[in-house]
Amino acid sequence: MSGKTLFEKIWDSHMIAEREGGEALLYVDRNLLHEGPFYAFDALKREGRQVHRPLQTIAFSDHYVPTTARAMGSAGIKDGEARVMVEQLARNSRATGIVHFGLQDEEQGIMHVAGAELGLCEPGMLMGGADSHTSTNGAFGLFGFGVGASQVKHILATQTLWFSKPKNMRVTVDGTLGPLVSGKDLILAIIAQIGIDGGIGHVIEYAGSAIRALSMEGRMTVCNMTIEAGARSGMICPDQTTYDYLGNTRYGPKGDDWKAALAYWKTLPTDADARFDREVRLDGNALEPMVTWGTNQDEAIGISGRVPEPASFADPARRERAAEAQAYMQIKPGTAMRDIAVDRVFIGSCTNARIEDLRIAAKLAQGQKARVPTIVVPGSMTVKRAAESEGLHEIFLAAGFEWRDAGCSMCTGSNGDKVPSGERCASTSNRNFEGRQGRGSMTHLVSPASAVAAAVTGRLADAREIA
Amino acid sequence: MSAVAAFTTFTAVAAPVFQANVDTDKLIPHKFLRKPLSAGYRNFLFYDQRFAEDGSEKDFILNRAPFDKAGILLSGRNFGCGSTREGAIYALQDFGIRCVIAPSFGDIFYANCLQNGLLPVVIGDAQAEKLNAHLEAHPGAQVSVDLAAQTVTLPYGETLRFEIDAQRKEQLLKGLDDIGITQQYSTQIDQFEAAHKKRQPWLFRAQPELTDTRATLKEGVS
Repeated sequence: MSGKTLFEKIWDSHMIAEREGGEALLYVDRNLLHEGPFYAFDALKREGRQVHRPLQTIAFSDHYVPTTARAMGSAGIKDGEARVMVEQLARNSRATGIVHFGLQDEEQGIMHVAGAELGLCEPGMLMGGADSHTSTNGAFGLFGFGVGASQVKHILATQTLWFSKPKNMRVTVDGTLGPLVSGKDLILAIIAQIGIDGGIGHVIEYAGSAIRALSMEGRMTVCNMTIEAGARSGMICPDQTTYDYLGNTRYGPKGDDWKAALAYWKTLPTDADARFDREVRLDGNALEPMVTWGTNQDEAIGISGRVPEPASFADPARRERAAEAQAYMQIKPGTAMRDIAVDRVFIGSCTNARIEDLRIAAKLAQGQKARVPTIVVPGSMTVKRAAESEGLHEIFLAAGFEWRDAGCSMCTGSNGDKVPSGERCASTSNRNFEGRQGRGSMTHLVSPASAVAAAVTGRLADAREIA
Repeated sequence: MSAVAAFTTFTAVAAPVFQANVDTDKLIPHKFLRKPLSAGYRNFLFYDQRFAEDGSEKDFILNRAPFDKAGILLSGRNFGCGSTREGAIYALQDFGIRCVIAPSFGDIFYANCLQNGLLPVVIGDAQAEKLNAHLEAHPGAQVSVDLAAQTVTLPYGETLRFEIDAQRKEQLLKGLDDIGITQQYSTQIDQFEAAHKKRQPWLFRAQPELTDTRATLKEGVS
């Protein structure tokens, strides 16, 4: 009998029952919310149901919060509908006993940034979330997945979820990433290799020396964008890096609990003889900074590359969508990526707005000047304070970047921070879909280092040019 | 208890929006996800494709008869990828779509369909391409779906079988939602929870602490 993978261990330890057809009823340890699934609270009220375990759900205002002028609280949100979204999450949380990190909370932030830094993400957990990027938290060796409003309602009402067992894929990245090649570049390269639907029906475990060498921040970036390959979640086996991070969190286990938790966490890594349904390998030594040229995340290429000829794709469907993507993006095949001018730069989002991201960005921005409008939106107010204590904000401000308050901001534009129609944005976010950052916006996904390089050159650029 | 419309058989005009990777941002742009359901989500579906910035109608298949009354949508691989937004489902349903046929679906979207009585039907790439060609050539052609038999009958007489989880099928046929089913397991859930608490007590201790230390902050949240 072969051993178990990390995912299988978590699956088995959370299974309450199995039923005909193959779905299992799983226990949800922790559940994270944002303003989006208000439908779930409305439906619970309509159906006369209670939140079963309110202490196991934590809510964060992130999608609709303004990134400027916070002093007035929600009353200061000019957009009436956005204000309603922020206020109703606070109201619904209060009414149901759910802890809520709201607009003026000093620990407010994007759920996938603030949750981890508070210590709410632990190895071995099963975590549900009202957002596809709940996969981020798999960086801690937990199984985290996003669900829609109906399944949010189910978790709130029962603290469980019916789930069809995904297959298990392992992506091994050996070698060493070069200077200024980050977790973001790594995950873009992985998605380019397996395709945006390559992970459907799978949970992906990341392994190999290049993954081990990543900080928790870098690991979160990799797991965050795992959903962009179609997979349910990304996971990384816990190790000393994980334990060191958790040991410094406010709400992580303490004292005897820490000792018991640590002993348990150490049993979780995938057994040497465990089998995966699919294995993929990448050479970390060969990677360069990556940038997307199209409207899907697998339409990515090294920064030294050129916009590919659609005809170069063997798959007719990919050929067709490459041509459509290039038409939307207003770029021609053969153009060097580094010759593409950008209109603005966004440094932020649950993918790349952690303290490490901002340190890298600040180091490169030091003594430089932005040539295009650039905003830096920290992932949480905790990240913001940490950055300010290190003086990073002064570097950004001196470079002409805007320094904002925490939230999802220009990744989705739901709070009004949008890319105007017809403008091209180098963005550290996760989705380059048509209209994602605002109707008619064109998005090139890049790492924080590449984003600074774009800001100070006014075009897509290799950070190694300006370092 | 039955919170979902039952799905048994359905025959309707099928509209081909035959693109791969139709993401949920495309199905419903984020700016509409703040609207109450009572607003009606019909016009939010494929909004940027269907409407110009000034709100006037664009030349998009779902704006044209007979497709403006389509009940079935045919699309390409990886339909519904991206964000978890269930508004994508509400927009499809408010438009009148009760079944989406595609060679594959985003996992979260597929689950959201089942939660809402929208039937996702997976067929092969070649079959999807053949159906697309037919629907393009014969606007208004109808497709029939029989969930009990797990078949979809195409306008040219061909009948394809599709797969669906046995329990999900039963729930859709009867319009049963998950919570009602789950409540039948309440004893097992309670037993599991008690044992889980014993095994990993720290998971449960962290939460009251979180609440206590933040009680005053909570009051201040606007």
